[in-house]
Amino acid sequence: MTLGNYFENIYKGLKSLAAGMRLTGLYFVRRGDSLTQEYPNNRGTLKLAERFRGEVVMPHNESNEHRCTGCTACELACPNGSIKILTKFIINEEGKKKKAIDTFVYHLDTCTMCNLCIISCPSDAIIMANNFEHSVFDRTKLLKVLNKPESKIMAGVE
Amino acid sequence: MILSIYNFTSLTDKFHNFLSTHLSDGIVLTTELIVAGLLVITFVAVLAMVLIYLERKVAAYMQLRLGPNRVGIYGTGQVVADVLKLVLKEGITPDGADKLMFNLAPYVVLSTCMMALAPIAFGNGLVLWDLNIGVLYITSITSLGVIGILIAGWSSNNKYSMLGAMRSGAQIVSYELSAGLCIISIVVLSGSMQISEIVNSQTDGWWIFKGHIPVIIAFVIFIIAATAELNRAPFDLAEAESELTAGFHTEYSGMKFAMFFLAEYINMFVLCAMAATLFLGGWMPLHIGHWTAFNNVMDYIPSPLWFFGKTFFIIFIIMWFRWTFPRLRVDQLLDLEWKYLLPISMVNLLAIALMNILGWHF
Repeated sequence: MTLGNYFENIYKGLKSLAAGMRLTGLYFVRRGDSLTQEYPNNRGTLKLAERFRGEVVMPHNESNEHRCTGCTACELACPNGSIKILTKFIINEEGKKKKAIDTFVYHLDTCTMCNLCIISCPSDAIIMANNFEHSVFDRTKLLKVLNKPESKIMAGVE
Repeated sequence: MILSIYNFTSLTDKFHNFLSTHLSDGIVLTTELIVAGLLVITFVAVLAMVLIYLERKVAAYMQLRLGPNRVGIYGTGQVVADVLKLVLKEGITPDGADKLMFNLAPYVVLSTCMMALAPIAFGNGLVLWDLNIGVLYITSITSLGVIGILIAGWSSNNKYSMLGAMRSGAQIVSYELSAGLCIISIVVLSGSMQISEIVNSQTDGWWIFKGHIPVIIAFVIFIIAATAELNRAPFDLAEAESELTAGFHTEYSGMKFAMFFLAEYINMFVLCAMAATLFLGGWMPLHIGHWTAFNNVMDYIPSPLWFFGKTFFIIFIIMWFRWTFPRLRVDQLLDLEWKYLLPISMVNLLAIALMNILGWHF
């Protein structure tokens, strides 16, 4: 190690330390970008990441139609059997017999939010919602039916 | 009345005279010692709570969090709650531990660091014991604390504690050298080891302004060495949560753990107060050369306020270190001391001695 290297080391070390302290110093002074959410106080303005997995929901449009064909791909993908699909046969406009869902049973109490059902769904019928306030006093309330009563499959979804 | 010039000795003399008129000499001395002791204990308890709250808030702000904010106003009650929790917890002594040593260690650590508070001047005349070797006394007493840490590590009968204590010993022994050399450089400039004389030598300007670059280098090295002596991050190898769970106090719980915790924060205060006294003028207000008007305005700020302002400024810098830098490896730690800090501070001390002989400072 030459003498030049020695002083260069000191200079480099001090420079990098100063860079680090500058960043934390800026964080200390700028209070606006704090990441903490004071949750129970800001329920109205809570900001959650879009990828946050709260529960599985099935979106319906305004004429009470969903996109689920009842293919049971999600039921097969679910690692712990939280999804159970009961199917029925309906007669469509052309007079043909067709398979459709009767009830889409979703066990929120056993769901691990692994997202595999959403990935496996070929028709994007189910999505993950951001809602996470699931606490209830009665466990049976966590057994949910995702398709709304009297809902039908959207036209054009096969 | 110019506040910073107000000498607290008149107050303590009044108290002494009041006692002397009513009691005999021996009882007066005992009473005064008890009062001083109680004041120190109260001060230490309040100080530790303030420092813990400060530390948590500073840490949170630097990590884009909010810190304690639920108990009390802005979370100030959190510290009280934590202290109550520690007081109520059971202090467990492990079966395999050396019972006497295990229970003795926290008292050794706490009493040594409280002894170091004696010669510190908190204000003009506000000092418990202004002895003529004040600086030497503080350095020697703060290095005694490592004995308590070694006792704690050895008596716990736990390999993590032992490793932590040995590391702490190695660290304090090596970093004391450069810290000592930096203190000596100020002793060279002020010509005295008495705290009051060191403060008085800075009446016309603090040493960090009067001493040019060598004193600034000494100040930086002293702050680094002090952080290392305190076993705080980035030099927290003695505790290193990720490697040694909690280092030398792994086996301690309840009040005995709280005493180590307390000692850590008091040590931080003592070393920061030392840095403030040596380099930033202690309780001395900011005086610039012959600007009489400016100096008079500064004199209106009470001297304890100056002292605590400077000390807390340095404490903030040390906290800033802790929440910015990653921990050093053992070899890096020893490299830094023996290859960089020690040679630099030796050359620096020579430069300061030369500067003092030739009268190159203001």
